[in-house]
Amino acid sequence: MTFLRSALVPILAVVLAIASGAIIIELSGLNALEAYKALYDGALADRKGIGRTLEKATPLVMGGLAVAFAFKAGLFNIGGQGQLVIGALFAGAVGYGVTGLPWIIHMPLALFVGGIGGALWGMLAGVLKATRGAHEVITTIMLNFVALNITDWLTSKVWREPGIIVRTPAIESSAEIPRWSQLPTGFALAVAAAFACWYLLERTTFGFEIRSVGLNPEAARYAGISVSRIVILTMFISGMLAALGGAIETQGIVGRYEPGFNAGLGFNGITIALLARTHPLGVIPAALLIGAMEAGGSTMQFKADVDPEITEIIEALMLLFVATPILVRWVLRRRDTSEISVGAHWGDA
Amino acid sequence: MNTLSRYRWWFVTAAFLVAFTLFTAEFQQAQTTAVLAATLRQSTPLVLGALCGILCERSGVINIGIEGQMLGSAFAGFVVASSTGDLLLGVTAGIACGMLMGAFLAFLSVSLRGDQIIAGTVLNIAAIGLTSFFFQTGRSLPSGKTSRIKLGPLADLPILGRVFFSNRPLTYLTLLLVPVIWYALFRTTWGLRTRAVGEHPSAAETVGISVVRVRYMNLILGGGIAGLGGAYLSLEAVGSFERMMTNGKGFVALAVMIFGRWNPIGAWGAALLFGYANAVQTQFQFRGWLADDPQFIGMMPFIVTIVVVAGFVGRARPPASIGQPYSRE
Repeated sequence: MTFLRSALVPILAVVLAIASGAIIIELSGLNALEAYKALYDGALADRKGIGRTLEKATPLVMGGLAVAFAFKAGLFNIGGQGQLVIGALFAGAVGYGVTGLPWIIHMPLALFVGGIGGALWGMLAGVLKATRGAHEVITTIMLNFVALNITDWLTSKVWREPGIIVRTPAIESSAEIPRWSQLPTGFALAVAAAFACWYLLERTTFGFEIRSVGLNPEAARYAGISVSRIVILTMFISGMLAALGGAIETQGIVGRYEPGFNAGLGFNGITIALLARTHPLGVIPAALLIGAMEAGGSTMQFKADVDPEITEIIEALMLLFVATPILVRWVLRRRDTSEISVGAHWGDA
Repeated sequence: MNTLSRYRWWFVTAAFLVAFTLFTAEFQQAQTTAVLAATLRQSTPLVLGALCGILCERSGVINIGIEGQMLGSAFAGFVVASSTGDLLLGVTAGIACGMLMGAFLAFLSVSLRGDQIIAGTVLNIAAIGLTSFFFQTGRSLPSGKTSRIKLGPLADLPILGRVFFSNRPLTYLTLLLVPVIWYALFRTTWGLRTRAVGEHPSAAETVGISVVRVRYMNLILGGGIAGLGGAYLSLEAVGSFERMMTNGKGFVALAVMIFGRWNPIGAWGAALLFGYANAVQTQFQFRGWLADDPQFIGMMPFIVTIVVVAGFVGRARPPASIGQPYSRE
């Protein structure tokens, strides 16, 4: 029952957002019904469409988890983009650079190296916060730009495929995450990661410590929890989640690292985490929804002549409705006090 | 003496930068001037964004949506200016758009008492979506971008004349806004009220200050300044609109605000530093340094930001009530 109640707000928000999106499409002189029909056709109508939706949803689950996990400790990780490209590139480098290993070792090894790369990149922001008081919102954004430059440089100078196109060579087949009859199995990994996060946060002492720091760092410190340690480890895990999203993308879909892939994922991760109300399992349906909109976007443009950017407007509207307390109170008939306020720790060093 | 020792790091930094500039410019006047002028140019949108942040945060509201406000305003300003041919009207539209977005942020975070970070994120995502959806390529400004105004004989001074007294109108306006906002914040009743609301809203309320009204006013005013920053980008710096043209400047402005310790003058200094880190890139390219690895030049401003935020700022203290929705109870 409590689950239904907490799911009610996001569901209502989605319905309202889609309705408002229809109004915008109509206002710009196009047919909204046709557009949504095309969106559905492109995203969910057949096995190919579903495969595309799952493909798009996989890095979104991971990006959403990265943001949601950090939220639990009161940290705002906007660095998902940087952590993702590092993970994607490192996985690609191990994928093509290491040869002669069996699949059972090579595939996980590439995932592991990608994940650790992004984890260390994320941890950098955690260390800067814990030791120097540098705010993670600033450092993670700056680290995004630095990561983009570093990966660009590594791709064009160190791990470049001979030829005109700047990209790494294709990964060995032993590093690939296979498809299962057109469906990407990487999505199953993302779902597993979501359950792992849920278990870690809700069922272990470490997760309890993370949530304590998120709810009240002073109280946590008083209770003997090392806030610095939690901040650093949380950013490590958060970075790893985002990076694994990139690694799965490289190994399961693209097959190599190309600069500029998956731009804008950082923002999407925030949207999804908020849409899921920072619940690790809620991230899965939220990511599927956004993934379906992305997957159907091109069909919508092709069939109904509606710009795919409309999906971004709908995303913003969903977020707006989810975040609007008036809607929450109206639906739940009570003051919702169980949630962590993201903004409450803006000033804490 | 007190002032001198308090700001010694600023002086040391400034002296170092001047020396470094002269060195990279090979002690040539033309190149030195170019670097300094570019510094000012790059710093302008950052100062405006940071001033917006200062007004909001001094009254106790986090504004993470500056990026969205600037992007939306750059778009509104450009569309109005290109369809009417009137730049002034365009700038006004940009400011109005920023104020509207500020009012919306205030509605979400002050009236509805929603989470301020989420409210700002809504602004950011909405701005990206709306501007990309409604943007049509091929539009241009019939009158070109804003033109340079020379301030009489001052403009003929060596170096300084070109850098400070031969600029475009919004740059002058920005240079003017910095001391004006500083004065308003620290020397007027309104400023005192703003700071009181930001530090201790319930105490402010007991002496008869309306927390809601002050926050609304500051968020709208700040939005207008961010809107000016947006208009600067599309109408003065570039002369057209491009998708995602703010390119993270709104977030860098937040760093500038924190580095400047929520003080307009400090923020100006910080913005100049970041502007300089950007401007010097061009000089590196000019000299052919790191020509084979331009990525290392590209990441410099961001590394400077990290080093500065981690090394200099340390535990800067924001206004005490920041991030908490206020309710009279």
